[in-house]
Amino acid sequence: MAEVALRNVVKRYDNVEAVRSINLDIPDNEFVVLVGPSGCGKSTTLRMIAGLEEVTAGDIYIGGDIVNDLPPKDRDIAMVFQNYALYPHMSVFENMSFGLKLRKFPKDEIKKRVDHAARILDITELLDRKPKALSGGQRQRVAMGRAIVRNPKVFLFDEPLSNLDAKLRVQMRTEIKRVHQLVKTTTVYVTHDQVEAMTLADRVVVMNGGLIEQIATPQDLYHHPRTHFVAGFIGSPAMNFIRCRLEQNGAGQRVRISETISLPVPASRAARFASVNGKELLFGLRPEHITEPRRSDRDASCEFAATLDVVEPMGMETMVYFTVDGQEVCGRVDPGSARGPGESMRLYADMDRMHLIDPQTGLVL
Amino acid sequence: MSTAALTVRPGRGFGASSSLRRNRRWALITSYVFLIIFAIFFLIPPYYMVVTAIKSDAEVARMATNPWIVADGFTLEQFKILFTQTDFLIFFKNTVIVTVCVVAITMVVSVLAAFSLGRMKFWGSSMLATGIFLTYLVPDTLLFIPLFQIVKAIGLLNSYWGMVLVYPTLTVPFCTWIMIGYFQSIPKELDEAALIDGAGHLQMLTKIFIPVALPGIIAAMIFAFTVSWAAFVYPMTFLYSADQQVLTVGTVTSLIRGDVYKWGMLMAGALVAAAPPLVIYAFLMDYYIAGLTAGATKG
Repeated sequence: MAEVALRNVVKRYDNVEAVRSINLDIPDNEFVVLVGPSGCGKSTTLRMIAGLEEVTAGDIYIGGDIVNDLPPKDRDIAMVFQNYALYPHMSVFENMSFGLKLRKFPKDEIKKRVDHAARILDITELLDRKPKALSGGQRQRVAMGRAIVRNPKVFLFDEPLSNLDAKLRVQMRTEIKRVHQLVKTTTVYVTHDQVEAMTLADRVVVMNGGLIEQIATPQDLYHHPRTHFVAGFIGSPAMNFIRCRLEQNGAGQRVRISETISLPVPASRAARFASVNGKELLFGLRPEHITEPRRSDRDASCEFAATLDVVEPMGMETMVYFTVDGQEVCGRVDPGSARGPGESMRLYADMDRMHLIDPQTGLVL
Repeated sequence: MSTAALTVRPGRGFGASSSLRRNRRWALITSYVFLIIFAIFFLIPPYYMVVTAIKSDAEVARMATNPWIVADGFTLEQFKILFTQTDFLIFFKNTVIVTVCVVAITMVVSVLAAFSLGRMKFWGSSMLATGIFLTYLVPDTLLFIPLFQIVKAIGLLNSYWGMVLVYPTLTVPFCTWIMIGYFQSIPKELDEAALIDGAGHLQMLTKIFIPVALPGIIAAMIFAFTVSWAAFVYPMTFLYSADQQVLTVGTVTSLIRGDVYKWGMLMAGALVAAAPPLVIYAFLMDYYIAGLTAGATKG
């Protein structure tokens, strides 16, 4: 078990900079998820930690030691791949014990460790089978077993659930979390699925264009995104962004999102937004914060009328889509109060949850 | 209305499925007809060989009898004379030695070459791979003259060990090429997993790549075996005494004397010479077809 640290790590392929000087500290036993769109550099970062890619510049530390020039086998890490990468000619037992055999562990120790890992993963009865006789979920368990038996300093997961179907993915997600609670080990997990990131991580690292956008706990990331990208990437359906102008209205400020609609800025935020009065900004609000008027103590000035374009009943809630000044906006209302498409509906914006984004810098104010 | 619809639809369904069945039957019949023609075409020469090999010399020589059947009763005389009164067994032994050595050399060289060219990307590796294949395109009928000088200079002229040296020039390029393709088809994650598990390159090759690529390796082995067993031009050029000769050339030169063809023995010799390839093909084909890579990654 060990902490992992990245210091100004850069990865360049010919003229393309895949990772642009990132810094990251992962304390012992923490479960960190790297998340971002394709090509954001998350897998490259993981592969550099694993030693499968050379570091162009900067340093990677595992357990306090620089490992830049160490081959993967000497880094004491274990990795689970997207396509499992099981050895097809070996049984499950042989797959799991291969790394230990190469490291010349005594036979009874190998057996003990494999049995222990198999029990954790509930694959004891599969030990004699070949990978081709296993289902996708079972194969992924074996791949995890292969990592667990090594008892490494760091677990690395490279999109391990991407090849599974939706139901199995949810199941294996819980499994991975359970295993991490049982086998406390520093874990770096790469995914492009933000739900996976939110549910698994102690801390999430959001990457974009080879840079780290934000490192935070899932809750913090959701409620206090630091950049436009993070605000849009985390959450499903995504946060609404509407062009707006901040107006001074007597003692208070208002966000004008269209000619007819302007919404009041909570008094607690007035000081923070004072400097951007009159500027063109982006107004961000999550769909769940645009609802039918619910609370009795609500501020009536936060209400507005909208003509619904599309209505999507989801069972527990209904998504309603409408346009504000040509921009599509999504709200999440109670199924009982939802109107049909083409009809007008009173909606309420929870302005305590609003975000203002400077479109020039992309930063949340 | 609804009953009409109900009566019409099943009728259409039956019609469609029966025409499908008819089509399938026709396809089956046509393919069997062509397969039978194909089989007859290719089985005539071996049949003729068998029939001639089990006849007596007198019957072979007699023009009046039908050459396609055994009229005077079959005999194993031809085989007996072949094994006891000619150098056939020496040729056979020489061929086995040469072939085993050539297959072994070819496999070692081309597995190592294919592994490095197919899996370790280094500067010029793909050019080198193409270059190796190009050498295969030069036919042995062109190569035997310069090779004669080389074999002579090494002092292996008229020695079957010269064949052990020369045949790999035909087998190594092609086998390497087959195996480069095979090694490249193995997912990259498999060697990365092995690297992380602590395997060095040699262990990766012996413990992961060779077992996983076994069908490809067997295909290459079959090729090397066939080339080496059936080579004609090189032994014809480089070997001239009977104790060093191999089956292909030896059988022909010792059983055709001037214009006297010992047909019975020639056919018997050809049959015996064809047996080992036949047995090897029969045993290894199944293994070759069984895809071992299934299950390595998401299929």
